[in-house]
Amino acid sequence: MATAAAVVFAATGGAQSIPRIPFEKYTLPNGLEVILHQDHTTPMIAVDTWYHVGSGDEKPGHTGFAHLFEHLMFMGSQHVPTGQFDQLLEGAGANNNGSTTEDRTNYYETMPSNALPLALYLDSDRMGFLLPALDSAKVDLQRDVVKNERRQRVDNVPYGKSDETILAALYPKGHPYSWPVIGSMADLSAATLADVKNFFRTYYAPNNATLVIAGDFNIDSAKALVKHYFGDIPRGPQIPSRPSPAPVVIPRDTFLVLQDRVQLPRVYYTWPSVKNFAHDDAALNVLASVLAEGKNSRLYKRLVYDMQIAQDVNAYQNGEHLAGYFQIIVTPRKGIAPARIDSLVREELVKLQKDGITARELARVQNSTRSDFLRSLATDLGKAELLNQYNYFVGDPDYVQRDAARYDAVTRADVQRVARMYLGKPKVVLTVVPDGMTALMVKGGGGSR
Amino acid sequence: MRYRIPSTIAGAILVVLAATMPVMAQAPVDRSKPPELGPPPALHIPPVVVRELANGLKLMVVERHNLPVADFVLVIPSGATANPADRAGAADLVANMLTEGTTSRSALQIADQTAYLGISLFSSSGWDATTVRLSTPTAQLDSALALFADVALHPSFPPTEFARVKQERLTALLQLKDRGPAIANLVYPTLLYGKDNPYGRSVVGTDASVGAMTVTDLSTFYHHHFAPNGATLVAVGDVTPAEVEQKVSALFSGWARETVPTTDVGAGLPALATTIYLIDKPGAAQSSFRIGSVGVARSTADYFPIQVMNTALGGSFTSRLNQVLREDKGYTYGASSRFDMRKHGGLFVASAEIVSAKSDSALVDFMQQLKAIRDTIPATELSKTKRYLQLELPSAFETTGQIATRLGDVALYGLPLDYYNHVVDRIGAVTQGEAQQVAEKYIDPSHLTVLIVGDRKTIEGPIRALNIGPIVFRDTNGNPVQ
Repeated sequence: MATAAAVVFAATGGAQSIPRIPFEKYTLPNGLEVILHQDHTTPMIAVDTWYHVGSGDEKPGHTGFAHLFEHLMFMGSQHVPTGQFDQLLEGAGANNNGSTTEDRTNYYETMPSNALPLALYLDSDRMGFLLPALDSAKVDLQRDVVKNERRQRVDNVPYGKSDETILAALYPKGHPYSWPVIGSMADLSAATLADVKNFFRTYYAPNNATLVIAGDFNIDSAKALVKHYFGDIPRGPQIPSRPSPAPVVIPRDTFLVLQDRVQLPRVYYTWPSVKNFAHDDAALNVLASVLAEGKNSRLYKRLVYDMQIAQDVNAYQNGEHLAGYFQIIVTPRKGIAPARIDSLVREELVKLQKDGITARELARVQNSTRSDFLRSLATDLGKAELLNQYNYFVGDPDYVQRDAARYDAVTRADVQRVARMYLGKPKVVLTVVPDGMTALMVKGGGGSR
Repeated sequence: MRYRIPSTIAGAILVVLAATMPVMAQAPVDRSKPPELGPPPALHIPPVVVRELANGLKLMVVERHNLPVADFVLVIPSGATANPADRAGAADLVANMLTEGTTSRSALQIADQTAYLGISLFSSSGWDATTVRLSTPTAQLDSALALFADVALHPSFPPTEFARVKQERLTALLQLKDRGPAIANLVYPTLLYGKDNPYGRSVVGTDASVGAMTVTDLSTFYHHHFAPNGATLVAVGDVTPAEVEQKVSALFSGWARETVPTTDVGAGLPALATTIYLIDKPGAAQSSFRIGSVGVARSTADYFPIQVMNTALGGSFTSRLNQVLREDKGYTYGASSRFDMRKHGGLFVASAEIVSAKSDSALVDFMQQLKAIRDTIPATELSKTKRYLQLELPSAFETTGQIATRLGDVALYGLPLDYYNHVVDRIGAVTQGEAQQVAEKYIDPSHLTVLIVGDRKTIEGPIRALNIGPIVFRDTNGNPVQ
């Protein structure tokens, strides 16, 4: 009988090391940061620009603004007529997209390696010359598209409103993370052309951006192209300092219920935790995997595998730039009361807080995490994103080896400690229930099964 | 995030010639027009090494040494079309059960070793094939391959594990009814093919078929269809052909040949005059549109003209459907179309999630675009579309997993080994006339099957007023309602 012992490599020996991402970084006189990384494996290039602004920079009443603005960046600029941004790139065999988070907005193109000048021409034109071509018709059109994006991601999705419900309860009123990135329909309706222009003038300047080029190119040629296309864009005014909210503390457990057109209820537990790359961020990530990653994880094995009273279990540490939270999500099977799930979740957490985890549990997570790092290095765009992420959040583009080392350094005692420290504090508990079944909500109280 | 439309042609395996780029002097920037680009990088196809074991298992190996990882894909050329008529979902459940226990490992041991090795190991089933995939760091190659071979060759289908997997599947089918787009995807094939055709039955099964399924059904399927003859094992990554052949021979040589039954699927239902099927999803914020007909097999001689025509219609961000419905009208977050090419005639379908209040206007636009694509595509549009398909090829071959998937298709659909050497030329050769011919041949606006899942109260009246075709009501299982 082959058993786990037949697997030969140990957590500390034979493990795959993580290669670094060699890079060159410099800053143009106008403040634009540039990071170059060569990889000639495939005749492709990824260009990835981060603007250091996200929904966390918005004000109440103006939510969804950073993301709505993201859409307008594809609608043409002074020298690029509407529609031509995408037409030119596709005609050159390039794909492009963008995304917005609480902390940053990114814009990227992947392309055959001869198309780099085109991508830099287009990206520089929208950085330096967006406003002359911007009008309210474009804002109105993309406002409709974004409202449909919200419908497709939130309003027309089962459990879709859980995130914004939790954020509003987890963070105090006015906290930059207390509203969702996509924003509210009312705020999207209210956005004006003047708001949009003001947003561009405030945040979309070379001194608030980092341009990463990764892939198959010549360093000297790329530097010359960057200088050519971006060098004459004037530096913008001083970027407003990002908000620095106080650490979030919830005085006592908060219980919420949300009705939705769903077949099964779902329970969400959310605790305030730590920022990304903070001291306990890695240990909390390991804890999440120990709880809910794979058949042998604590909650999955108990609720889904052994007792078969839950359909799925998820847990994760969500560390952002200004704050973070730890979340556990469980969907009970049909006919299973959420309260029963609740008592078992609490029982498993108490067990872990009291007895800690095994060496095997830790090794499984550490080995899987190391492989995840390897896989994140497989594409030009993946590496460009890592360089941008590390550059912005830890101030060092080539941080991937040290990021991986954070997970290797986590001990069993660390995991037990963070489980006690963060999951022992008050939390937000949301139960999403089928319409009319609010009686199913988890209300806390009783400590026994 | 903007809507992303995956393109339909997978690309070549490419190696670089360093691109030459102009070095700019300190001249003022001329922004009046986009820069002239140098020639696209020259393409070299690295060799695919092919071997065959004595039992008929074919190996395809591509070396890629930039990262210490390797991907393996075992392609078994039997999928949902091989399911017994009353056992929809069998192939998919067989795939699920491979990692739920072998003759020497329990489900929990497999999960434990998978995580401990830091590998990804899973199996899935589509219409034409069942695949087992492994992605591993090369430091763990031997242990990973042993586990991979064990789940592929020695599954034991433990009844207790299957009882759990069955309940999970039945619950997933229940939850599927929460989502309008999922209902649309489930019902649409039954409208085109009918439930008597394998392509009209669900890959994941139904309440009835999954409820009736037994471990005997699964092991029978497994023993009839999992055989080395006809199967292909693709390996891509930081390995050598000799190394792969030696390791794979040691693990797979004992796998015995079988006589694998062939499957066929018959034709789809005869196409009716354009008919609109409505499924009520009370309170839905958007209507899920699926519009199309029975399409073509992967082996069609029209493959490249179809890809070019469909890319212009709905296969990229700047395609007509997305341009009109999203970028001009703002009715949706994205619209697209695709030909799902299989061993036999898969479906052609145009899709979008449309804000409920604009369902009627969107239907008019859909019908207009499906008609207009039958006219000659203007030369500039055709040329842009062809360049897009030709030049984005490398992006589908960037990772070891992507390359393995492409080679799996080469094996499954019997494409020549040098197939990808010629894709660029084949696309380049497509003419305006050919694109028009395939549009006329495969897209008939007077015989389309239209499915809309949405809030009947809001959308029925306006759609009825269009007089595009009869309206037929169906329930969320696709069955008639009054």
